[in-house]
Amino acid sequence: MAVTIAKEKWTSKVSEMVLGTEPNTVKVGGESTLPFLHFEGEIPNRPITALEVWDLEPTDWPDILKKPFEGVLNDPVAWAKKNVEYGADVVALRLMSAHPDYKNATPDECAATAKAVADAVNVPLIVIGCGVEDKDAEVLEKVGEALNGKNCLIGCATEKNYKTITATAMVNGHSIIASSPLDINLAKQLNILVTEMNLAANRIAIDPLVGALGYGIEYAYSIMERARLGALMGDKMLAMPVICFVGQEAWKAKEAKSPDDENPEWGAQERRAILWEVITATTFAQAGGSIFVLRHPESVKEVKKHIDKMMESNAY
Amino acid sequence: MGLTGLEIFKQLPKTNCKDCGQPTCLAFAMQLASGKASLDQCPHISDAAREALDSASAPPVALVKIGKGEKELQLGNETVLFRHDKRFEHPTGIAIAVNDTDAVSDKVQQINKLVFDRVGQVHNVNLVAVVNSSGDAGKFADAVKTAQDNTDFPLVLVSEDPAAMEKALEIAGANNPLICGANASNLEAMVELAKKYDAPLVIKGANLEELASLVEKSGYKKLILDSGAREVNKVLADQTQIRRQALKRFRPFGYPTITFADNPDPIQAVVDAGVYIAKYAGIVVMYTDNPADILPLITLRLNIYTDPQKPIAVESKLYEVGNPGPDSPVFVTTNFSLTYFCVQGDVEAGRIDAYILPVDTDGISVLTGWAAGKFTPEKITEMVNNCGIADKVSHRKLIIPGGVAVLSGKLQELSGWEVLVGPRESAGIPSFIKQRWSA
Ligand code: B12
Ligand code: SF4
Repeated sequence: MAVTIAKEKWTSKVSEMVLGTEPNTVKVGGESTLPFLHFEGEIPNRPITALEVWDLEPTDWPDILKKPFEGVLNDPVAWAKKNVEYGADVVALRLMSAHPDYKNATPDECAATAKAVADAVNVPLIVIGCGVEDKDAEVLEKVGEALNGKNCLIGCATEKNYKTITATAMVNGHSIIASSPLDINLAKQLNILVTEMNLAANRIAIDPLVGALGYGIEYAYSIMERARLGALMGDKMLAMPVICFVGQEAWKAKEAKSPDDENPEWGAQERRAILWEVITATTFAQAGGSIFVLRHPESVKEVKKHIDKMMESNAY
Repeated sequence: MGLTGLEIFKQLPKTNCKDCGQPTCLAFAMQLASGKASLDQCPHISDAAREALDSASAPPVALVKIGKGEKELQLGNETVLFRHDKRFEHPTGIAIAVNDTDAVSDKVQQINKLVFDRVGQVHNVNLVAVVNSSGDAGKFADAVKTAQDNTDFPLVLVSEDPAAMEKALEIAGANNPLICGANASNLEAMVELAKKYDAPLVIKGANLEELASLVEKSGYKKLILDSGAREVNKVLADQTQIRRQALKRFRPFGYPTITFADNPDPIQAVVDAGVYIAKYAGIVVMYTDNPADILPLITLRLNIYTDPQKPIAVESKLYEVGNPGPDSPVFVTTNFSLTYFCVQGDVEAGRIDAYILPVDTDGISVLTGWAAGKFTPEKITEMVNNCGIADKVSHRKLIIPGGVAVLSGKLQELSGWEVLVGPRESAGIPSFIKQRWSA
């Protein structure tokens, strides 16, 4: 019996972002259909993975997460190299030391670290601040300068600090992460503000501030689906690739942190925790996520394996 | 989707005989269209008209039931492609496979244990799929018997051999198992068996076209669809097609689906299953009973199938954990279920006798509530004053979440209670109490 394949006629597509410099650039976005529906449109670039590097040793990471980085947790340069060995498409440097509760490192100190890391690896770099909005603006201004021309992705820019960060990005040739809490209108509004400063729309990545599996994943999932639909229907201010800080959220979950003997009915911690991170990422991939910032090297391996498969055609 | 009154009216006898209790056929048609009347109230309708109306008013994805009694699994009745449009109705059934060459009883006991407590509810897998991997009918029947004797979960009988299926149904047929199933070469025999036991049946096509033909040919209505795809990228495409076509009223695809997470790579199998849960699968068959694999999937299913319009909330009232007394600590949190049960679980895990006050934030989390102005010193004070906690404890100390430390000054001032700022994550509560608590 004949079945007429149901295809949507989308009128637009996700914008394409280029990170890094030749010959080591990485592209994301550019899809003209819903995630992995090759039968309906073009998916020129695969979603990518990033592994986090901190500029100080994380105190609250569980042992299974520290183990793969033994010996480098105090050395961002060595850690970043390790991430590349582990197969991360890009490295995500988190400048936690800038946080007033930690070392309150100066913008210049942070910029020096960022430069050292950028010079040590050949993959593109994401640089994220410590999450304190004022401080991040100061820090990223210096970091942006130090990384001039390296075409990094820097953030997170919020409603409060986007001006400084956008300006740095424009002057020094970077793209920015625009964060807004789980609300499609807020995301759109921030993108409008940023583009009004004349940063090209394809130099913005949307960060919807995702929650992990079991901890609000469904909200981000739906926001991302709606943003992708918006993009395909021609809304340029929702057409940016989406970045998901998966590791940061997944490794907060009790299901990832709880050791083998605490809840024996949950199974072994290592497998459970890695699956927590992987499933959070792969679920977001189904909703339209493009950049997955992860923490465990096994997660990178598994997410990549899955994406390899999903990038194979399913055209009829 | 539904028919208009006028479309229905065209199919009615138009005699205005009033036997349906309505003054005219048109009035009856309007009642039908708005769901206030049912078709059988008109005794004069022709069979042809009934069939036309029934199928036009039927849901785009038929409701199919598997098993009987408390653990009966319902699938179908889905109406949308995206959960933000309207919630997904019937959560994906998770089936765990047992080969008839395995130690069936041990395996089934293991499956029975796949029960998890989450946000105050019990979540479990739904089906045991007994697979005729031996190819031997007698062995299959024995395995089905052992499975049935050892579990309350409904069964999926997996064999493409009608003779083996017949034997298995002699044992399990009375309990409405899922027959899995029919394909191009055994269709008639399998449909025959399904009809005999009035049981749901899986039809597998080599591809979408064959599937549609087989469904038509079967003439059966209690169906579950299998497009034959097994690689995750192809399953995604077929699942999407089947749901889209069902919503467009392409009748052969108006049934729930079954998927098989049989990727030989054990981690990727779980990942694939996650895709199937997010993307429309009625059933996903798993070949693992490792709780570390199943817990993430059960959690994902819960998340994807929650109503996007309504967060799950607990009643805002004074709760007791353990046997609290006048010296016991008092924890303030919000009435978002997830938040409340995180706190309750961690208090319990620390074996702390305590009181918990979940403030009514319309069911949103601590930080969301704070950002939205729903978790404020005023609201906390109101709850402290009205819930009777002052009579229960002799001290005057409240513990608040670390994430909202900024509330402490104002709260102290308004309530007159001393405010202790707890850890950011509720998991830190046990050690916090050890180090910091004295009434
Ligand atoms: C899901 C979510 C939503 C959902 C709401 C879901 C819900 N039912 O709550 C939606 C989409 C509706 C939403 C909306 C908004 N959100 Co929101 N949201 C989140 C998200 C992703 C997860 C929240 C969650 O469920 N956490 C899980 C629960 C269990 O956490 P919790 O309640 O905090 O409980 C933990 C701890 O606080 C602690 N704890 C809890 N109680 C107690 C008690 C004691 C005594 C102790 C010691 C500890 C403790 O233990 C728990 C487990 O660790 C967070 C970001 C994130 N990743 O955390 C943002 C977040 C909370 N949202 C935020 C904001 C700003 C908003 C909005 C105001 C934005 C907007 N769109 O206008 C709206 C407001 C909603 C409204 N107007 O009603 C911000 C808050 C920023 C801030 N610090 O103030 C966050 C942090 C995002 C961000 N980084 O900016 N949000
Ligand atoms: S019973 Fe049937 S024929 Fe008679 S009025 Fe009602 S709808 Fe018309």
